[in-house]
Amino acid sequence: MSFNRRLGTTVCCLAALCLSTAKAAAAAPGGDPAIPNIFTPASTPADSVYHLSLFVLEVCAVIFIVVFSLLAYCVVKFRQRASDDGREPPQIYGSNQMELAWTVIPVLIVVVLFLATARVIHAVEDASFPPNAIEVTAVGHQFWWEFRYPQQAFITANELHVPVSEAKEPTPTHITLLSADTDHSFWVPMLAGKTDLIPNRTNSMWIDPHETGTYVGQCAQYCGVQHAKMLLRVVVESRADFDKWIAGQRAPAQVADSVAKGRQIFETTACVNCHAIAGTDAKGKFGPDLTHLMSRETIAAGAALNNRENLRLWVKDPEAMKPGSLMPAMQLPDQDLNALTDYLVSLR
Amino acid sequence: MSNAESVLRPMPVSAAREDAKPFFDQVHEWIVTVDHKKLGLMYILYGILFLVIAGLEATVMRIQLAIPHNHFVSPQVFNQLFTMHGTTMVFLVGMPLLFGFANYLAPLMIGARDMAFPRLNAFSFWMSALGGIILYFSFLGGPGLYGAGSAPDVGWFAYAPLTSQAFSPGHSTDYWIIGLLVSGVGSIGTALNIVTTVLCMRCPGMTLGRMPLFAWLNLVMSAMVLIVISPLTAAQIMLLLDRYLGAHFFDTQAGGSAVIWMHFFWIFGHPEVYVLIIPGFAIASEIIPVFSRKPIFGYSIMVAATVAIGFVSLGVWAHHMFTIGMTSYANAFFVASTMAVGVPTGIKIFNWLGTMWGGKIRLTIPMLFCIGFLFQFLIAGLTGIMLAAAPFDWQLGNSYFVVAHFHYVLIGGLVFTIFAALYYWYPKVTGRMWNETLGKWHFWLFLIGFHLTFDFMHIPGVLGMPRRIYTYEPGRGWELWNMIVSIGVIFQIVGILFWVVNVVWSYLKGKPAGNDPWDAWTLEWATSSPPPEYNFAKIPVVRSRRPLWDLKHPEDPDWKYE
Repeated sequence: MSFNRRLGTTVCCLAALCLSTAKAAAAAPGGDPAIPNIFTPASTPADSVYHLSLFVLEVCAVIFIVVFSLLAYCVVKFRQRASDDGREPPQIYGSNQMELAWTVIPVLIVVVLFLATARVIHAVEDASFPPNAIEVTAVGHQFWWEFRYPQQAFITANELHVPVSEAKEPTPTHITLLSADTDHSFWVPMLAGKTDLIPNRTNSMWIDPHETGTYVGQCAQYCGVQHAKMLLRVVVESRADFDKWIAGQRAPAQVADSVAKGRQIFETTACVNCHAIAGTDAKGKFGPDLTHLMSRETIAAGAALNNRENLRLWVKDPEAMKPGSLMPAMQLPDQDLNALTDYLVSLR
Repeated sequence: MSNAESVLRPMPVSAAREDAKPFFDQVHEWIVTVDHKKLGLMYILYGILFLVIAGLEATVMRIQLAIPHNHFVSPQVFNQLFTMHGTTMVFLVGMPLLFGFANYLAPLMIGARDMAFPRLNAFSFWMSALGGIILYFSFLGGPGLYGAGSAPDVGWFAYAPLTSQAFSPGHSTDYWIIGLLVSGVGSIGTALNIVTTVLCMRCPGMTLGRMPLFAWLNLVMSAMVLIVISPLTAAQIMLLLDRYLGAHFFDTQAGGSAVIWMHFFWIFGHPEVYVLIIPGFAIASEIIPVFSRKPIFGYSIMVAATVAIGFVSLGVWAHHMFTIGMTSYANAFFVASTMAVGVPTGIKIFNWLGTMWGGKIRLTIPMLFCIGFLFQFLIAGLTGIMLAAAPFDWQLGNSYFVVAHFHYVLIGGLVFTIFAALYYWYPKVTGRMWNETLGKWHFWLFLIGFHLTFDFMHIPGVLGMPRRIYTYEPGRGWELWNMIVSIGVIFQIVGILFWVVNVVWSYLKGKPAGNDPWDAWTLEWATSSPPPEYNFAKIPVVRSRRPLWDLKHPEDPDWKYE
């Protein structure tokens, strides 16, 4: 079995082997996110899939070796030689025994693979959750992610924060998946397989990350022009950090007099049609909630790092950063643009 | 049956190159023709024309994806390119090429003088041609009133609600719908024709059990086309109703269902893959025996396996939908049905190997392409088993792994057999032999290019790269693989150029091929190269699956054993 396992991995998990360091990188919090390799799972659903895939890969590797050897043997052994006498080989029309054999054996292989697969489907899809599970609702938008935390009553975007799930006290996160417009798909390979977000339909999935760190993924169902830049980050934190983050998100938006002009610009332009900032008149639902904008590492669904220059460019000319995004250019004079950027940067 | 020999005596080599007639008369003759061979050739040329177009679209995409954050094309253009590439390859390359081969070869192989309905045949071809023209006219006419982009950009499976007026203003999606509707009419006509021809037009003595596998497999393929084009056509009409008459089948904003579109599309879309690959099997089942110098191993089980694939493939469509949140029971059912298809497919691979076993394999160009097909189809089947395991698909579905998998099926499987067929029957169609050296260059360059591109394409999928993205982030481990994938394209293009040169050069300068250059066994080799308009001066009479073997080996004829 262990030989088999090595065989399967060697032949087929080329990627896993090439990137065997990825797992170590995943554990390092704060560093660059790990390569989202499906063979370095960090959560139970991804782990179940990983073990099933190793089994399937082993079976496939054995089949490949057998059939490929037969093919290679045929081509080498039975090719016509230069010294050929020109006579036709014996004419064989078939063999019932052999044909029966290569019908029955594949049937048995299929039965085994099916049973192994059905078990994992059941384990992942029909899992039950402890009462302390975190509830999140993810809503897909063209081209960004809305994350609602109904238990804590706040909304954020693009970067999902969840607590690490320790073996002694499992804290899985149950994610309800909705769509505001077209089909999307939630895929963070190291945490779980993908599940689609489909308008008029409620889907769900769950993750229970074992290690802290940032896990990247992105929309995996073509959803329009900027499907490519609908990136996802899942920040897995210790329970204490997570609680702190929750508290920060629930707090009302910062109000600073130094940015009153920017705030006034925000509240009197079309910004408020799409964006919400808790405690102000901005109650738009079409774009990301900006109450704690600066608590996020990226903007435009991961298209750029969240800093002053990028924010300013994003407000000034979204097409330059993410062509085809639904954010319009606000055509503000430079002075107003700077004041508005100041205000946005104050939203910690 | 003593007259079988006289009937099958090869006819004199025809010098029939119609260069005597004025050019416009020739063109006119091709346009109004109802001859199955001319129509078959037009289907094939039409398929090759679009193969070149779709190949160029793919090349532009690979330039764009060679490095991260590339700006070679805009996201809008990229989305149009992958939509047009996929739609073109399936509807304007795969189906026409295969219909072309069936059209040209099936009547010859069953000893008939034409298809059952020659005028329907011409009608169907011109409908398919019109469908392609409508689809590509979108590049000019698509902006419509709204100026919202030209060619369709909704992906080849055009998931709702991206196709609704709200998300797809203008007319690009309408060109997609109507182009496919029209070419679908052509497909149904030709499928009907092939079914009728194979069932009703066989020469005396050719029972169903003596029919060449090529005819059998194309019969199954055509029957499948009749079943599966209908739901696609229905869905396209429903989508048109949604877009223009205020229906709400797929309009999710008014309570319609995006999932219903997926069901409609994939109950067409998955069997469609078998519609494409079964004629590939048909080609391999003719070429491998001839160049192994043995009859096909297990003829009956090959037919049975094909019919089984045809039936089972109608019940596997939702494996394209493992990620849409079906219940565990539904997922398990489609895992079982999908894996079950692997059994008859495996039988076929073993029977081809059984055919080669103990033979004297002639490594001609068509046989090299068939061996490439066997090797690649084996891998494609195994990655198919991986994707059939639903949880594995939750990870791999809609990633570059899937893109690599189905290109393995359709390029490594289908296109390799198509090249095999183009070489194998070229002497029959043109009366000339192609150049062996150019053919070898073509094969090896294309093989290397194929493996560079599609082997390494699996890896970014495993590393989380979804399909249909116009660019990607650096630092995710995808750069190297995407660069290798793009480099492979160069080899494929150069390989195909060798083929183009070979086709043209051989047509003008090739050695005369004679009627039966491969010492083959089916009826098309009993007539002249190219065959006369009436195919056979006298309708042949057969007693076995290999009438020409019987003729060449009167001391040891097949009919004694069958």
